[in-house]
Amino acid sequence: MNAISHRGDVYPDRCLRFPALPVADLAGTSFKHEHLNAILTESSLSGFFEVHAENYMGAGGPPHQALERIHRDHPVSLHGVCMSIGGPEPLDRAHLARFRALVERYEPALVSEHLAWSTHETTYFNDLLPLPYTQATLAHVCEHIDEVQDAIGRRILIENPSTYVAFASSTMSETDFIRAITRRTGCGLLLDVNNVFVSATNHGYAALDYLSNFPLGEVGEIHLAGHAEQSDDEGERLLIDSHDGPVADAVWKLYEIVISRCGRIPTLIEWDSKIPAWPILRAEAAAAQAILDRFTSARAVGDGHAA
Amino acid sequence: MLLDYPTEEKSKPSFAAVFAQGLTDPARATPVDVVGPRGKAAIKRYNVYRNNVTVSLINALAATYPAVQRITGVEFFRAMARFHVRATPPTSPLLFEYGRNFPAFIEAYEHAQDMPWLADTARIERAWLDAYHAADAPPLSPDVLAAVPSDRLGNIVFTAHPAARIVRSVYPAVAIFAMNRVEGPITPLQSDAAEDALITRTDMEVAVRVLPSGGAAFLRTLIDGGTLAAAAATAVAETPSFDLPANIAGMIDAGVFTTIHLGDRT
Repeated sequence: MNAISHRGDVYPDRCLRFPALPVADLAGTSFKHEHLNAILTESSLSGFFEVHAENYMGAGGPPHQALERIHRDHPVSLHGVCMSIGGPEPLDRAHLARFRALVERYEPALVSEHLAWSTHETTYFNDLLPLPYTQATLAHVCEHIDEVQDAIGRRILIENPSTYVAFASSTMSETDFIRAITRRTGCGLLLDVNNVFVSATNHGYAALDYLSNFPLGEVGEIHLAGHAEQSDDEGERLLIDSHDGPVADAVWKLYEIVISRCGRIPTLIEWDSKIPAWPILRAEAAAAQAILDRFTSARAVGDGHAA
Repeated sequence: MLLDYPTEEKSKPSFAAVFAQGLTDPARATPVDVVGPRGKAAIKRYNVYRNNVTVSLINALAATYPAVQRITGVEFFRAMARFHVRATPPTSPLLFEYGRNFPAFIEAYEHAQDMPWLADTARIERAWLDAYHAADAPPLSPDVLAAVPSDRLGNIVFTAHPAARIVRSVYPAVAIFAMNRVEGPITPLQSDAAEDALITRTDMEVAVRVLPSGGAAFLRTLIDGGTLAAAAATAVAETPSFDLPANIAGMIDAGVFTTIHLGDRT
């Protein structure tokens, strides 16, 4: 249990069990403990719930009790926030072991992490920090994804970042970098449509161009969230990925375009600060579900998306 | 003097090392490799990350130490927390582990010297969060202890419950903690009693109790693996009026231990 197993050891018996509840075609929300009682009074709630893995890395207590309760009735998505996959240093093995233990305990329908870094040397910065896109960083990121997938014995979804800066040293576009990751590691993607809109605004390109270059066939989950607005040094709009409000209209439009092209993809409403009452969050998820329900499951009939 | 180019090239810091340096140091300039699009500047852009790092870590401390923040006021707390974040950023990605040194920092913090009870209040809040996340375990049943023959009682040693914590204080720290973990108006505290805190969680609710006189010395000895006889002797040495039966009943009721075994069996 303590060593990191190779894929061949793990796949056959333990980790490839199907999750208890399917997540396909569903919209879901972030799971916040203050909503637990309201969620439990719902009589016919079909959505899934996503949690930040790190919040459940304590040994016991109320967090695990709440997640066990939710897990009984709903599919769970495990979203890692601080694996630091995008950093140049080796992954934290203790952290990886904790992550693996959560995957085994909760059998999540979806497992994801970020194309970002958050730890350098011994300091944890508690933010999703950006990386230059070069052959050298690509090699590190792919090694790290291989290591995570080997450890948990299943495919992970990697999320496109929202960024405020670029690096002069970058030699490829973000979409080329992400495509190369999927080809080399076999990982899937978590498409955060709000991040696409935030980054497109911040870096002055068209979100639709980004999406047309994005390997949509590998997307296993979509994130939608609210953003905040600041200004850059030139006094122009700089969007902040704040997760503290409703999804913007422009992001809903982009989302509809993605679903119309790809068919149904599990979709999560992320809301992590200034958390509203449960009915407001539920209504956002219902809006996503309504869009999903308008489109037939293009993937189920096999339309050539699977690259 | 020759310039040692190859070595310099080899030891070139990574992009992350360069990016990280300024995140908790506002005096540093934006790294030269960090740019805006189409020749735009990146000072405010890089500052978004600086702000995210510092503000989110201050928020993490505020979430762990709400009573301290209520006592000091938000502005005082955030200024104090900012110093701590810059001096001692987290080393673990688990935010509920962050701020373990914050009580000691508060104790030494120049502007908090007129609130000498603040550090002990923080220690109770830290213990509260540790108890909240501790492993689940059933507490010791009173029947188990009752079944031990009286001539063996002195040699019993106990296994502490994963959630059990003790915080000793020469201030009324438990009263200060309790009155500041609730909403509503602050009522003045008329007490200068020393209060040792016992923090436990036998199910899902963390409980904070005031220990009777001698209780902290007694439980510390037991938690550290000492026998019941040794613990009682330590407690009596500190508090001659130490009430052994009442303290045993209290510790069973609070769920400080999970199992017992006989210390004389080797």
